[in-house]
Amino acid sequence: MALSLSTAAFILERDQSQCIACQVCVRQCANDVHYYDEDDGVVRSNPAACVGCHRCVTLCPTQALVVRTNPLEFRPHANWTAATLQSIYKQAETGGMLLSGMGCDQPHRIYWDHMLLNASQVTNPSIDPLREPMELKTFLGARPDSLAFEADGDGEYDLRTELTPQLELDIPIMFSAMSYGSISYNACRSLARAAKQMGTYYNTGEGGLHPDLYEYGPVTIAQVASGRFGVHLDYLRTAAAIEIKIGQGAKPGIGGHLPGEKVTREVSRTRMIPEGTDALSPAPHHDIYSIEDLRQLIFALKEATHYRKPVSVKVAAVHNIAPIASGIVRAGADIVAIDGLRGGTGAAPTVIRNNVGIPIELALAAVDQRLREEGIRHRASIVAAGSIRNSADVVKAIALGADAVYVATSALVAMGCHLCQRCYTGKCNWGIATQDPYLTKRLNPNIGERRLTNLLRAWSLEIKEMMGGMGINAVESLRGNRDHLRGVGLNQVELDALGIRAAGT
Amino acid sequence: MKRIVIHEEYCIACRLCEVHCLVAHSSSRDIVKAYRHERDTIMSRVVVEESGPLSFAMQCRQCEDPRCLEACPSGAMHRDPRTGAITCDESRCVGCWMCIMVCPAGAVQQSTSGHRIASKCDLCQDADMPACVAHCPNEALTYEEVS
Amino acid sequence: MKITIVGNSAAAVGAIEAIRELDQEATIQVVTAEGPAIYSRPLISHYVGGEIDEGHLAYRPPTFYETHQVETLFDEVVTAIDAQAHTVATAKGRTLDYDKLLLAIGGSPIVPPMAGLDLAGVTTFATWADAAAIDHEIDAGHVSQAVVVGGGMIGIKATDALLKRGVQVTMVELAPRILIRALDELGAEMMTDLFERAGVRVLTENTVAEIIPDGERIGGVVLKDGQRLDCDLLVFGIGVRPNVALARDAGVKVDRGVVVDRAMRTSDPDIYAAGDVAEAYDLVVDLNRTVAIWPNAYRQGAIAGAQMVGQPRQDQGGIAMNAIEVAGVPCVAIGEGNAEGDGYTVMTRAQPERHQYRRLVLEGNRLVGVILVGNISRAGIYTGLIRHRVDVSAHRDSLLSDRLSLLSVPEDYRKHVVRGQGIEV
Repeated sequence: MALSLSTAAFILERDQSQCIACQVCVRQCANDVHYYDEDDGVVRSNPAACVGCHRCVTLCPTQALVVRTNPLEFRPHANWTAATLQSIYKQAETGGMLLSGMGCDQPHRIYWDHMLLNASQVTNPSIDPLREPMELKTFLGARPDSLAFEADGDGEYDLRTELTPQLELDIPIMFSAMSYGSISYNACRSLARAAKQMGTYYNTGEGGLHPDLYEYGPVTIAQVASGRFGVHLDYLRTAAAIEIKIGQGAKPGIGGHLPGEKVTREVSRTRMIPEGTDALSPAPHHDIYSIEDLRQLIFALKEATHYRKPVSVKVAAVHNIAPIASGIVRAGADIVAIDGLRGGTGAAPTVIRNNVGIPIELALAAVDQRLREEGIRHRASIVAAGSIRNSADVVKAIALGADAVYVATSALVAMGCHLCQRCYTGKCNWGIATQDPYLTKRLNPNIGERRLTNLLRAWSLEIKEMMGGMGINAVESLRGNRDHLRGVGLNQVELDALGIRAAGT
Repeated sequence: MKRIVIHEEYCIACRLCEVHCLVAHSSSRDIVKAYRHERDTIMSRVVVEESGPLSFAMQCRQCEDPRCLEACPSGAMHRDPRTGAITCDESRCVGCWMCIMVCPAGAVQQSTSGHRIASKCDLCQDADMPACVAHCPNEALTYEEVS
Repeated sequence: MKITIVGNSAAAVGAIEAIRELDQEATIQVVTAEGPAIYSRPLISHYVGGEIDEGHLAYRPPTFYETHQVETLFDEVVTAIDAQAHTVATAKGRTLDYDKLLLAIGGSPIVPPMAGLDLAGVTTFATWADAAAIDHEIDAGHVSQAVVVGGGMIGIKATDALLKRGVQVTMVELAPRILIRALDELGAEMMTDLFERAGVRVLTENTVAEIIPDGERIGGVVLKDGQRLDCDLLVFGIGVRPNVALARDAGVKVDRGVVVDRAMRTSDPDIYAAGDVAEAYDLVVDLNRTVAIWPNAYRQGAIAGAQMVGQPRQDQGGIAMNAIEVAGVPCVAIGEGNAEGDGYTVMTRAQPERHQYRRLVLEGNRLVGVILVGNISRAGIYTGLIRHRVDVSAHRDSLLSDRLSLLSVPEDYRKHVVRGQGIEV
């Protein structure tokens, strides 16, 4: 067999004075990195297969393990970096596309980190969130052009305008689309329970909805993607809203990808596809070849659900996102969800994940601006997605114009993900991105739910603090209020794209 | 009285419960020392049973109708008057093995301490909660009030 | 409510503890022919063997009667029961009344009638007094060679104890093999081998016919086959016979033991019996019989106690079983471990040279008996399967494994055991 040029990405350091050879690491590593040497009575590690997920480090009862990136060095080269060389070695060996899980890991500019928030002082006092009410409640859906009221003769006024269906969120954060199949049933269950607990919603992704999760229908957004996996009438009727997925930020222009190893019997039944087959969603919806086709599908779904549920359309952030979004709103979508370059995925060709699409910050600003200019901003809510990492990102996104944000990677990290980016192998040591019954047990939904609700609760406290600091007591007042943002380290073109001023001006 | 509830759907067979039970019943109470110097004479009272992905950590079920207590001729197996836990008084145990013969869960073992006595879970009476429960990383063991 | 208990061993303690768990008001009176010590008869072999001292013979502390509010009368033999009048008469002339009476008077050692039973060095192996006497004889240097009559559980324990004290022992058993009620041929062979390697002479199909005195002490015995053996200690360990006379004379139904129902009630509604004296339901053989083992005694006492204060507790039934150890090798026999023939399926795994034996007996779909020599780990799992009459037909191979575990049993039953009594998950 020809020599492989791939070298280990990580090395393990084991403090033998601390190691008690309990073999917890041996049992817990899905990649069989650790093994017990019977003759010497010690545990050793073979780092070749280590993905850097830290499962062993976290479970070791004596903290005897450390994982480091392999310090193997090439002659320094600014252009032909180690990562570049290793990618070529791998492709020369396999002849296949390189795959990755999770979002873009390249150092493209993160605009969140170049935007700073305002605070109120002196002329406009700040508000203390511990002492005064702070409204985080958010409604997603189409707003009417005008409201008509009718006096009822008792001094009260009744609303005469019929409102389109809305989603009511207690916080402006929802769990983004992660399909059952790419993630485990226990992970889905954790998300559903946390969404219910926190008064928000979660998204099924392209995997359909497992029958045991129908009880969470009222907090579910059912996605209809190009493969139409798991789409049937009960699925649509049980959910609170429906989302047509045109694209996702991690891989604009191509469809979802679930490797056959992860298509177990349960996944196959939920998705309505044969067990063990790769679930490859087509790049386009084969019945949407124009904006008119999209309009037709939107209304077909509304008809099927008796106009009782909002219909969302999710697109990836690409170059001409503004007219795309405008078209979507005019096509009748109640919500437009935009997923930026850094959005996560269970499996994508690495080259597409890293090189296709634009950052959400720019897309969001452009869409919000365009819809306002066209006078149709009220006809749909905008949801921003694609690497919302903390509460500051949430506030900045809303200030740029989002009605709410979707989080996915943050949610997975809350449940234990360490971003080893190997989701597509199905060997997630944390029980999240796997269907292996040995591994799915590792995510206890009681714990998953607890960690997710803790995350959202922590973020809402921080959001309230930031809002209070800005002198705002309701999310409504923050929305699209770009004057609360200032840019640092951005050039004028970027500042103009974001529609914000530079700090100091 | 609080008892240990076993949730086999969350057990990941890591066996950290066994590690910490062993340490809790060592003299040093220090994990490194217990494993280096005491390993041959101390034992875990909880044992993980495994078959494929099915696994669960099994210890004394603290039966309401304890067969071990009924069968013990020395009175070593008794219900602690303060806590209600069934424990083996090792100073009274003569290693007759009647308890091993009657425990339906197979939760009593022959001690490896070198003394001929029976060994079983004592619900870690001196601690806030049993060591296995406290250290289970996936809450597959919980400590709950069961009347 | 006045409850009178005759006897103060396992059944009495079981009754007292059960009563006081439910009722603090009832008067409990214990009348016993022995002294105040609540001791464990099964432990006397450990005492004679030098493993424990006298202090460790106690089964419950001396404060037991006080903490459980029990009135006591020691060194009192109950001579008659007047079931009509609800009274008992004692040897010292007392008349004690009762609302409910529990007979926990056990059994007496079987001793064949012959001359010389009152010589020094001739004893049974039942009570603390017996054990103390033997211990005293050995300490005084009077014992170098012993003959033990009986190769059943009692004889085995006596022999093993004497062995530990460095006494040379000949064990004499009437049946074709030792432990004939508990073990099959191969099991008995292994135990015999263990004894013989330890220097015990095992004689089967034989018994003591005559005692030969040497002054005031025993000098030797003559066996049924005419052999003469020198010995300075003769221990009768044949078995015990339930003490039924008291009940029989009172008009209560007796068979070989005092017959009781599942509530431990005799034919008289206010008289109960428990322990070695009772003939109670055995769930393996599905009929009443006396099985004189500690767990039965305690449990039956507890049921009688609960019933006497009005709680309708029923006995599921007893299982004949015992655990012994010979020369460091443990042996466990549960239920009908040595059954064979039509209707039984026998599965075995044996390594006689290593004294390892596992014998499982099924009747139809259920386990009805087990013999284990060597590896007795988790034997109680078998007992649970027998007790609950679990259908184990699909699990025979895994049950025979040396690594017996709860994964070797049917899933429903496993979940029931893992859940634990009273825990809903």
